[in-house]
Amino acid sequence: MPEVLVCKHGEIADGDVRLIKVGREEIGVIRHRDTYYAYRNLCPHQGGPACEGLRMPQVVDRIGDRGIFLGQTFDEGDMHIVCPWHGYEFHLSDGCHVIDRRLRLKKYEVVQRGDEIFVAV
Amino acid sequence: MNEHTRSFRDLSAEAFDTRTLLRNAAEQAIDRRYEDFFIADVDSHHYETEAFREIAEFIEDPVLRNEARFQGTSRGGISSETGSYQELAGRITRYPERKNEKVPSKPHRDITLMERWMDQLGVDVAVMFPTPMLNLSNCPRHEVEVGLAQGYNRWLCETILDKEPRIKSMLYLPFHDPEACFRTIEEFGDRKGVVGFMVTATHYTRNYTNPYMKVYAALEERGLPLGFHAAFTWADQSLQLTNRFIAVHGLGFTWCNMLHMANWLVNGMPERFPKLKTIWIESGLAWVPFLMQRLDNEFMMRTSDAPLLKRKPSEYMREMYYTSQPMEMVDNRKALEVTFEMINAPSQLLYSSDYPHWDMDLPSTIYDLPFLDMQAKRNILGGNAQKLFNLAPVLSPVKQARLAARKAAQAAGVAAE
Repeated sequence: MPEVLVCKHGEIADGDVRLIKVGREEIGVIRHRDTYYAYRNLCPHQGGPACEGLRMPQVVDRIGDRGIFLGQTFDEGDMHIVCPWHGYEFHLSDGCHVIDRRLRLKKYEVVQRGDEIFVAV
Repeated sequence: MNEHTRSFRDLSAEAFDTRTLLRNAAEQAIDRRYEDFFIADVDSHHYETEAFREIAEFIEDPVLRNEARFQGTSRGGISSETGSYQELAGRITRYPERKNEKVPSKPHRDITLMERWMDQLGVDVAVMFPTPMLNLSNCPRHEVEVGLAQGYNRWLCETILDKEPRIKSMLYLPFHDPEACFRTIEEFGDRKGVVGFMVTATHYTRNYTNPYMKVYAALEERGLPLGFHAAFTWADQSLQLTNRFIAVHGLGFTWCNMLHMANWLVNGMPERFPKLKTIWIESGLAWVPFLMQRLDNEFMMRTSDAPLLKRKPSEYMREMYYTSQPMEMVDNRKALEVTFEMINAPSQLLYSSDYPHWDMDLPSTIYDLPFLDMQAKRNILGGNAQKLFNLAPVLSPVKQARLAARKAAQAAGVAAE
């Protein structure tokens, strides 16, 4: 499978995203906690540029004994890609929508070779 | 084989621009060949807050004008009644970024920003409404509503509608004051770009009381439609019971229009003003079949409660107009198709984006529906609005150029053969 060189490790700051164009497709390469993820920059909802939005953790309602509401927090272990057009949220880990897994961002394999980052297209 | 990408964009170094945010919409417009037909967007918005210093100068009352200069206008903070988090706490990036968007000094910023998103979506003509000022309805000082509405309407006519033929509006009626509504229609009814008048549905007023009759009569005589534009307010007593935006918005935007629709019907307004066209704006569509069924069922047992009605409520509702957004589209294709049948969508439904708000819909939400034929799609996307508002079906310069390029390419192909 052809690979496209995206950057040298470190060129994309942690938490940032670089958009690359491969043919007609635009791919967002996201660096999060020193891991790189690559998804097609196209939301399955209405076609928004999903990778250009914020990354936000899962919001959690904290519920105690007998259904008591204790407050809210973020689950930093479950980061989401948030489409900036309408707010559809997808797991950064696999690109699936957080509720309906049938909706998903197209995922690309990321290959790190030495200090260079490639995407298999 | 390895290939180094020849171009890339690092988002952290990029300035916000509507055209960039919406370039996928532009691709949809090209793929679906929107240059083949006219698209009118019947509900879009601008943020009048950004021009409020200008608008304040159009307020006639010098005391109110001074107060407006001093106070400005904006949404409240997190604890206020209007302190919503519509923009999903920053997730909808165009909310915080819009103010940073660079535009040329001319034309007016609002015109440039409107044209940018209209061109990307493939919209030729848009009916534009304000945003925070929709909730002037909740201002307890009715004279402030009247003064501000007049100032805004004057500013809108002189600064935007007179200058840009692609932008239209249904002007804000200060509905707490029927006499002021009547004066508004008299003053602005013939102005360029004014295609009707609009009531914000969060007005806690009885739309059937006698002082309003001259307002409806004036609109009917002029052939101008009356829109009820939905909104929500967390000040509503029942909605104060909600604690999440999804609840106050999901209920509020439908409830306020259901309330006005029910009062409108059972008091026989469609019989009193048979030529007055009404448009129900930004409540989505799912509420319409619900209310049709509910009112028909009760009416058949209680016709004496609505003696002006000669037909079932749903039959009047089928003759009214509805804007499409926010169209309920998740896993409900059958329900949506039935809804389209019940509201007679091919002639009564008007495409609306609500751009730039968080739940905006692109033209493809209509264009891609499998149960509509092409004529119905074109009617909903622009033809119905063209007839209702008497619009000239002129394609945007961008779409005209695209059409000309296609024709030139076709001609070149024929010549080559």
